[in-house]
Amino acid sequence: MEILQYIFGGIITFLLAFVVGMTFGGTRRKIIARIQNRYGPPIYQNFIDAFKLFSKTSAVHHGAMHYMGPAFLMVSSVVSLMFIPILRDGGWFPNLNFHGDLIFLLYMMVFGSLGMALGAGQTGNPNSAIGVTRGLAQMVGYEIPWIMALVAMMIQFHTTSITGLMDVQLQSGTWNLFASPFAFVAAILASLGMFRYAPFNIVGAPAELASGPASENGGKYLFTMMSSHSVFAFVKLTLFADLFLGGAGNLVELLIKTFLLYMIPVLYGVVNPRYRTEQAVRWFWGWPTVFGIIAIAYAVWST
Amino acid sequence: MQNDSRSQKIVDIIQAYARRHSLWILAYGTGCGAIEIPSTMTSRYDAERLGVRGAATPRQADVLLITGYLTVKTLKRVIRVYEQMQSPKYVIGFGSCAINGGMYWDSYNTIKMLDQYIPVDVYISGCMPRPEAVLSGFGKLQDLIKAGVADGPKRYEENFDWYRANQKKIIKNWNFADYNW
Repeated sequence: MEILQYIFGGIITFLLAFVVGMTFGGTRRKIIARIQNRYGPPIYQNFIDAFKLFSKTSAVHHGAMHYMGPAFLMVSSVVSLMFIPILRDGGWFPNLNFHGDLIFLLYMMVFGSLGMALGAGQTGNPNSAIGVTRGLAQMVGYEIPWIMALVAMMIQFHTTSITGLMDVQLQSGTWNLFASPFAFVAAILASLGMFRYAPFNIVGAPAELASGPASENGGKYLFTMMSSHSVFAFVKLTLFADLFLGGAGNLVELLIKTFLLYMIPVLYGVVNPRYRTEQAVRWFWGWPTVFGIIAIAYAVWST
Repeated sequence: MQNDSRSQKIVDIIQAYARRHSLWILAYGTGCGAIEIPSTMTSRYDAERLGVRGAATPRQADVLLITGYLTVKTLKRVIRVYEQMQSPKYVIGFGSCAINGGMYWDSYNTIKMLDQYIPVDVYISGCMPRPEAVLSGFGKLQDLIKAGVADGPKRYEENFDWYRANQKKIIKNWNFADYNW
């Protein structure tokens, strides 16, 4: 009986992540349009696009690895989703967490990009190869402040589990946003690169690289990539809400918190042009890394 | 899984709705018509509110937009781009040059009628068509998709020999690279 509840709960979690991620993406397109003084597409436009991509009748492939690239992305998103506590008290949403799942998550979150890199390599498209190298360079950039922020939290609160960090916030009554502010700043600045919106959209830059690793993927492949990106956006936002904003007691609270967090990369992006690769890496190794170092020093000092 | 006809009809209705409200265009900016595309996409006319959006590569695109005259040299690339697109795919011929040659009607180096070489769904006339005309062309394409008569890939497949013969008549050095569609 318990296993059935886990399976149904997993499906419900996935559907929630898909719908919320897609709707947030549509909201982003609307916001960008309004800032550019356009009317913009409807908020549900991403669902129409996804369904259209799914109902394409032909799908060319370039080999086994090309098939598996988008599948790797999807697997990475779904597995990460299963390790994130959606709500504080669980409820219908299962949570496969264990001690040290934060470290596991660090690896799991880059697994999809690496799988996609392999898939993009087999298409033989030079734009894909350039996109992959840019993506790996950018990952080297933002992973450093991100890991520094998480290590600071682990040192400060003596736990490597997400639920442990949520319990700390529940017991002390303050959010980690206030208990370890430098880690929050470093993590948020790193999240700008994680979302890959402007100015860090150097991987899929449409005008330079013809959408980079996705350039040979049409139809159902693109549908898989699009939906896994939506799920992954939800994963990242929920993780940030769990780590820094004390998690959420109910779904409305979760939506408000994740939406406010989502607005940071979106609004930073719409007013910025695109960086070059070395500018992006230099940006991440500048102030975000400084904040990461301060966060670790603060954590060591405060314990 | 085999659907019965009634449920298939519902799926068709949803598919047609999704296809006509999500047209990703690949603007093949050959001639002067390419300059009308930015004004169609940006704030004054804003084609994105109709679901029209630029796609980066042929694999992702639904609509191939031939904006203006096509030289013999670019025809080869257009054919290759068209064959790389994933069905269902649509072609819009843009401007009088694509319809009958326009002001290049006696040129030795341009093709005159686009639909001799690839199946065209909608022509937008004008030299150049203004963004209003472009939007009405997209509206016409949406109507055709709704009626289910925008079946370019099917026509291309059925009359493939005729299209290939026409293409080879123009392109003398026919050395296409190997690629799977």
